[in-house]
This record gives sequence, structure tokens and C-alpha cells, in this order.
Amino acid sequence: MASASQGRESVVPKPEPRVRAIGTTSTVSGKETPVRFQISNLDFFYGPKQAIFGMSLNIPVNKVTAIIGPSGCGKSTFLRTLNRMNDTIRNARFSGNILLDDQDIMGIDVVGLRRRVGMVFQRPNPFPKSIYDNVAYGLRINGYKGRLSELVEHSLRRAALWDEVKDYLHKSAFALSGGQQQRLCIARALAVDPEVLLLDEPCSALDPVTTAKIEELMFQLKDSCTMAIVTHNMQQAARASDFTAFMLDGKLIEHNETSKLFTTPSDPRTEAYITGRFG
Amino acid sequence: MSRLNLIWRKSLNVLMLTLTGVAALLVVSVLFLILGYLLWNGGKSLNWAFFTQLPKPVGESGGGMANAIIGSLKLLLLAALIGLPIGLLTGVYLAEFGGKTFSFITRYTTDLLNGVPSIVIGIFAYSVAVLPVKHFSTFAGGFALGVMVIPITVRSTEEFLRAVPGTLREGAMALGASKWRTIATVVLPAAKGGIITGMLLSLARVAGETAPLLFTAFNNMYSSPGWGQPTASLPVVLYTYASGPYDDWHRQAWAAGLVLLALVLVANVGTRLALSRGGAARGV
Repeated sequence: MASASQGRESVVPKPEPRVRAIGTTSTVSGKETPVRFQISNLDFFYGPKQAIFGMSLNIPVNKVTAIIGPSGCGKSTFLRTLNRMNDTIRNARFSGNILLDDQDIMGIDVVGLRRRVGMVFQRPNPFPKSIYDNVAYGLRINGYKGRLSELVEHSLRRAALWDEVKDYLHKSAFALSGGQQQRLCIARALAVDPEVLLLDEPCSALDPVTTAKIEELMFQLKDSCTMAIVTHNMQQAARASDFTAFMLDGKLIEHNETSKLFTTPSDPRTEAYITGRFG
Repeated sequence: MSRLNLIWRKSLNVLMLTLTGVAALLVVSVLFLILGYLLWNGGKSLNWAFFTQLPKPVGESGGGMANAIIGSLKLLLLAALIGLPIGLLTGVYLAEFGGKTFSFITRYTTDLLNGVPSIVIGIFAYSVAVLPVKHFSTFAGGFALGVMVIPITVRSTEEFLRAVPGTLREGAMALGASKWRTIATVVLPAAKGGIITGMLLSLARVAGETAPLLFTAFNNMYSSPGWGQPTASLPVVLYTYASGPYDDWHRQAWAAGLVLLALVLVANVGTRLALSRGGAARGV
């Protein structure tokens, strides 16, 4: 592990130094924190149907931000706006500002944006390729020409999967269990060294033991990665996140430090949701 | 409820069950009847010479159909070169890129093209590839078969691409892959087995087509070097020999039928086996 970490600085493709981002600070629940994403007045539309209404939210650097809310409240839509995955949906559009490190995401080339903002989906979606090729995929399509093997190993270690798969790197990814597949997808996203990792209900298809592994992993990744996780599971939000945003009917109701939001919610609707009275 | 009524209902049930079973049995036995008949009649005339020698002049016994077998293979190669790339690309367009209206038109046209009688395709190929140069050719036959390959390939490619889960596409795009990159490196490889099967089945289907070859590739008693001359092909030779007056021809026609059927069956069963094994290995 140590050698892999040392090697990393020199081999990881990194267009610009990351320090740049730390300059931006903003107030999140009363504290000055460096922020990665600044979202202001976001309105999102699927054709004539509005899904998100005037949402403003800051996502702090190297913290986990959980987004909770009942089904259909727009939390997945919100997450997918951050790496412009919604671009592929016909008639979908948004207005408002989304800044990644002070840069408007609409001004960043979408390929570059997605390299910086990785995503993990609800169901594990490994490619029908070997474990190795799954992890190397992002590096290859980004034209990375270096020692792939080192980076593949490093990414699998970061995703806490290396020890389980190191002898089977060239076997099909489908041979893995669901939880391993999901960690493989995380490794795949980490391989291009994103600044942000978006997790869209990453544990909803997994059992509790595997879920615990993923949460543990998120905790370890916090040193180097900003994360935003959409979850239906309030215990998960409470356990794994530093900040929590509660959404309802496309609007941001409350955003606070997780410990405060779950113990002393300021909005009655938040209180009703986290105590299980609806949703 | 009377006892009689109950007996009537029970016997009707048995009757209908028997009828449907017999119908199903008939369908299955048709293939085996054809196969058995061909084996019985064609097997006798099938020997090494059949595959290696040219036809003997009428009156002399023996000889083979080497020229027709090679001719059929050349026609299929041309059909594959012409039909498969167009079919594949159109299938990709329909499944991955197509806008609503144009896709609908393309899909509908493809289905219509699939339904065009093969003899009409032959006339079309005749007017496009035979009339301008004023002679029959291997190329014209391959072109006619290629046109027939297109619609089958389009629809099978489209269907297998649609079966690839959208989450795979999202996974690749979320890593920064462009749409085309996603299709080329993730979607097509995922659907590879099915697409190749569809292609082989479409070739197997046109391998037995006779009508479009009658006035494009025509026929030839000798080998046909290159691509610009008329060529013999298994189905056309079969047709000519079977309708001819000589016993020797009839025997060879049976053998040709057997070879043709064996070709199609091997392609069919072989690809299906390969596909199911490949599918199991990929965990699909």
C-alpha cells in the first residue's frame, strides 16, 4: 500500500493542482468551510415539469453530504445535475448556477467535468469485462498512457477490494458478489482520481454487512475526496455523513450538520420525516 | 350437474389436448422428415468427388459441385461485406442515436424491406448490377443477397443493443466517455454474442435463396474466377438439376440439398451453442 501511495503522486493524471479549490470558503450552517460545489437558485425541468425549485446548497470539501427525502423529491435529479448526467435526457434543462471550484460547470468540457466528478449508481453496473479492465476503463478513455497496473492496484486498495480480488484480476467482473461489484464500481470511479464522488443510493441493493463495508470505505475516502450521497436510509445518513440536506417536493427544506439536523431539526417537516411520520 | 355432462367435459378436454399435441408433433416431425428424406436420398450421392470435382458433361456419370460450393461461399462473402456493415450501423443508429420520427420511418422501412419477395430483390439487383454492364456476375448475385441481409441484421442488432442495460451506458458516460466511445467500448462488446449470432443467422437464411440469383449470378458449368462472371451456386444448381431430365442430376440435386441444409443447421445450432456458453461465462 505504501509504495502504491508514493507512486501515485507521479502517475495520477492531474490537470491542475487541487489546492486551488481550498481558496473558496463559504458558510455552511454557521461555519466557514472550504466548499467544492456552490449551487445557487437551481431550477430543474423535465420538459414542462419542474423537478427542482430554487435550490441553493454548498457542498464542503472532503466531507460527506447526505441528501435525504421521500421518493420523487428530486434528490437523484439534483445529484445527476452535478456531473451533467441529465444532459442525456431529452428536454431536460436547468437554470441557476452550479460552480465547481468557482468554475461554472456549464463552462467545463463535460468529459473533463465527469473525470473530476465521479459517480456510483444505485445498482452495481460493472462492464462485461475483467476486473482489471473495469478499473482501467476510465484511465484508458482519458488517454492515460502510463503504468496502468499500479493505478489499478491503487484504486482497488482505496476501494478496499484489493485483497479479495488480487488473484483474480483477469476474471470477469460478473463473478463478484453484489457488494464486491459495488466496490469495484467505486474503484473504477476512483481510478481517474476524482475530486468529488457522487453516490446515488449506493447501498440500496446491498445487504447490511456489505452496506457497513461501503460506509467504512466512505469514511476512509474522506481524506481525499468530497462525497455527496443520496440515500433513502436515514440511519445511513446519520452514520455516514457530516452534513445532511433534506429535500421535499423539489425544494431544499433544511441543510445542516448531520448531528444537528437529526437531533434538533429546525423545520417541522424535517422532524416529521426523520421520525418516520411520512415518506 | 349431470354425470353425462361431466363425462362430456372430460372427454372434450382430452380431445383438445390430443389435437394440440398432435399439431405440435407434426411441426417437429416436418424438420426431421425433411432431414431424413435428404439424408436417405442425398447421402447416397454424397462423396469426396462431390466436394472436389466440377460437373461432368451430361451423359457421363460422377463429377461434383465444387464450383457451386465455392460460388455459394463467394456470394455469401460478398453479401456479408455489403449487408453486414450497413445493417450493423443502422441497428446501432436505431438503438442508440435515432430521433423519434426518422427512427420510426427507418424501422418501418426495414420491416417492409424484409418482406419484399426475394424475386423482386433479384429484379432490382438485375437492373442495378446486371443491365449496366450487360452480363451476369458473381458481384450482382452477392449484391442481391447483401440487400436481403440488411433488414435481418438491422433488427437483430437493434434488439440485442436494446437489451443492454442503460446503467452500463451511464457507468461509462459518468467516467467521461463520449457517446460513441461508450457504444464502441461498452455497449457493443456487451451485445457482441447476440449481434454475431444475428449476423450468422441472416447469412444462413440467404444461403438458401434461389430466386434472387436466377438473373444475377445466373449459373455456370465451370469454375468462375474473379467476381465479374456468372457463377454456379448450390441453390441454383439444385433447382436446375432437380428440374432436369437426368437421374444423375436428380441424385446430385439431393446431395446439394443435404449440403445446403447441413450448412444452415450447423450455422444455426453452432451459434446458439456458442452464444449460450458465452452468455454463461459472462454471467448474463
